[in-house]
Amino acid sequence: MAELIGQRVFPADDTALADVLGFITGSLEEAGCPPRALMQLEVSAEEIFVNIAHYGYPAGSPGQARVTLSLDEGPAAVVEFADKGVPFDPLAKPDADITLSAEERRIGGLGILMVKKAMDNVTYRREDGMNILTLQKRFA
Amino acid sequence: MTITKQQNGSNLTVLLGGRLDTSTAPQLDAELKNSLGGVKELVLDMKDLAYLSSAGLRVILAAQKVMNRQGKMIVRNVNETIMEIFDVTGFIDILTIE
Repeated sequence: MAELIGQRVFPADDTALADVLGFITGSLEEAGCPPRALMQLEVSAEEIFVNIAHYGYPAGSPGQARVTLSLDEGPAAVVEFADKGVPFDPLAKPDADITLSAEERRIGGLGILMVKKAMDNVTYRREDGMNILTLQKRFA
Repeated sequence: MTITKQQNGSNLTVLLGGRLDTSTAPQLDAELKNSLGGVKELVLDMKDLAYLSSAGLRVILAAQKVMNRQGKMIVRNVNETIMEIFDVTGFIDILTIE
């Protein structure tokens, strides 16, 4: 059974990024999350939050993103992002091709790949008009 | 983040410190765009870089593309965590890491 550590709602805007990451890393560090897992969670959380901030809500109608932190058995950190923006599953896109040369690479498309590689589990669901994306990372 | 430039003829060394993320990547992008004219060797020294996200990777990739055309780029003093990010994104094969 997952144990709730904390929950906060942030404006879905780049200007809130430092607060979002501070909340996540501060709370998880206190909960005993080791530095390496913490850094991977931080990089992954940045990708997900910035995605919501950039694409979640139409320009001119700012929205919010809710961040919920919990501890799962393992132990593992669970970071859930919920937003009421346009339905969007970031996991549905094909992975960026990491075998291409610099010239062939598109700028971008790497964020979600980093998240998938760094986390033990990433899930998306659309529920009650919300996008809910969950990151899970074991402490070990 | 901190960006410190050391120019020696056509050789430019850029020391990066702190966090290269969504908030700070535009600073580095602008700094490099203004500095790469005439540069034949660009060294990115990451000794004091603590954090790198994909926004930072985009800037590094853009710099690599510019330097492919006019010379070479070397990435130096990469710590373990940042090396792992280069690894999972395939940047390890694109960059010249010393």
